[in-house]
Amino acid sequence: MMKIEAIIQPSRFESVKDALREIGIEGMTVTEVRGHGRQKGHTEVYRGREYTVDLLPKLKLEMVLPDPLVQRAVDTILKTAKTGKIGDGKIFLSRVDEAIRIRNEERGENAL
Amino acid sequence: MKHLGWKKCCFLMTMVLAAVPLLARQIPSSAATSSPGAALTTSAAAPGSSTTVNDKLAQLDQRVTAAQSAGDNAWMLVSAALVLMMTGPGLALFYGGLVRRKNTLAIMMQSFLLMALISVLWALVGYSLCFGGNGPVIGGFEHAFLRGVGAEPNPDYAGTIPQATFMIYQLMFAIITPALITGATAERMKFSGTVLFLTLWFLVVYAPLAHMVWGKGGLLNASLGGKFPTLDFAGGTVVHISSGVSALVCALYLGKRTGYPKQPMPPHSLVLSFIGACLLWVGWFGFNAGSALAANSLATSAFVATHFATAAAAISWSLAEWFKNGRPSALGAISGAVAGLVAITPAAGFVGPMPALAIGFIAGLVCYWMVTKVKSIFGYDDALDAFGVHGAGGTIGALLTGVFAQQVINPIFGAGKPVGGMDGHWGQLGNQLVGVLFAWSFALVGTIVLLKVTDMITGVRVSETEEIEGLDITQHGEEAYNLES
Repeated sequence: MMKIEAIIQPSRFESVKDALREIGIEGMTVTEVRGHGRQKGHTEVYRGREYTVDLLPKLKLEMVLPDPLVQRAVDTILKTAKTGKIGDGKIFLSRVDEAIRIRNEERGENAL
Repeated sequence: MKHLGWKKCCFLMTMVLAAVPLLARQIPSSAATSSPGAALTTSAAAPGSSTTVNDKLAQLDQRVTAAQSAGDNAWMLVSAALVLMMTGPGLALFYGGLVRRKNTLAIMMQSFLLMALISVLWALVGYSLCFGGNGPVIGGFEHAFLRGVGAEPNPDYAGTIPQATFMIYQLMFAIITPALITGATAERMKFSGTVLFLTLWFLVVYAPLAHMVWGKGGLLNASLGGKFPTLDFAGGTVVHISSGVSALVCALYLGKRTGYPKQPMPPHSLVLSFIGACLLWVGWFGFNAGSALAANSLATSAFVATHFATAAAAISWSLAEWFKNGRPSALGAISGAVAGLVAITPAAGFVGPMPALAIGFIAGLVCYWMVTKVKSIFGYDDALDAFGVHGAGGTIGALLTGVFAQQVINPIFGAGKPVGGMDGHWGQLGNQLVGVLFAWSFALVGTIVLLKVTDMITGVRVSETEEIEGLDITQHGEEAYNLES
């Protein structure tokens, strides 16, 4: 079981979600986040006063998958979230020890 | 100690209010005086009676007067409502959007408070101080408690509408003027200090200035025997220079907002400001065209001039931004429009459409330069640019009125007599300069003194912790946006 955290451009979200559904991944948690890596922000000017806005809006997708699905999911996200410009985001992978479905207390991969 | 003084103040105010009905004489009921038309219909409907031609002519005369009064009164009542709409919701939204979200209700509350506070003061003494008597500096108490202000017109000011209409129309100007100042004190002035300061300011600065420029016998009055005839159709000096210059003094006296200019303080909702600015544009037709005090061709002329100046200023400010920053902003376009409205205010009833375009275009550029360059050179924190737009725009407008005013539009000095520079009467520019300098000095001195007085009684500025927490919570105990509730 692995957890995929992918931070992506909001504009790519629909394509990523559709592509993941095509390979059989339905469940995910999405959060609106702000941040920046190497991408610099932009400037806004209000009556001559310039403000640098360096935290930009992004979307964070989280999903926990059985091992055999992980590589395909990563490939799919890479393919669909990429625009080729700075600011496309990152994918983080981490191992998950346990998963429990609250409704019926199923455990492990059955709970996914 | 300070707190106690304030409470006493409130108590006193309540007592005065409670005593008003006992002191005031009954306003003459309108039914008794204003319906000669109704009485006429019965007598005129009897054909073949022995009415002479002269009687009939007299009746006709009365009917014509009544008809004109009806038309004028309708327009003036609508205009009064339009001008009130400029403060709430117009200015409240315009300013409300420009502050940070933690100060939204506080700034809106200040505009709304003035709608109530100035109205009460106006009924008690305000109207009388502005338009009673014929002294050179300030009116008298003859209309205190609105004595004698009823259905009968006051021929000195507006001979075709009930004086009560004139009174309620002028009140709306007295409301928006102090409200404009709150743009400079935004995000850091105590509510109690704001209430006290603006009450004093209305009585000590606004009332005399309004009397001097518009009141009979006033020092600067152009048509009713002033020594320095300053042309001010709808309030360039009385409303915009007075509030704009006072705003600058307030900004300097209060000091900068905590964190200014290092910390970013972008407007929290330009959508609110946008709606506010559009309401101001519409409301301003009541302000400027209504200042003709009748539904006549002068009102049309002022309406037209107002509209074209505003459009030109929105364009010139946007162009300046486009050249400077590579992009025109929505905030720039609406700020330009307001600058144009301000600048055309003194000129509205004196200039044609082409000079109006010029005045607007110039005002947009000057005000843009004031808020983007001059403000940062001197480093004062005029939070929402009350001085940059109203002080500067009002000054430019008042001076340009002396250049562009024409007797074909408004023969204010008598038929055939030249009015402004375009008529060859360049001396008027000198008169305008006197009016402008006078309004500047009067507002400057008055505001400094009143701020000192306020500072001694209630204090003027909130503590740093209160400022950081925001005025909505610390001054009013509520928040503008409880989106999760």
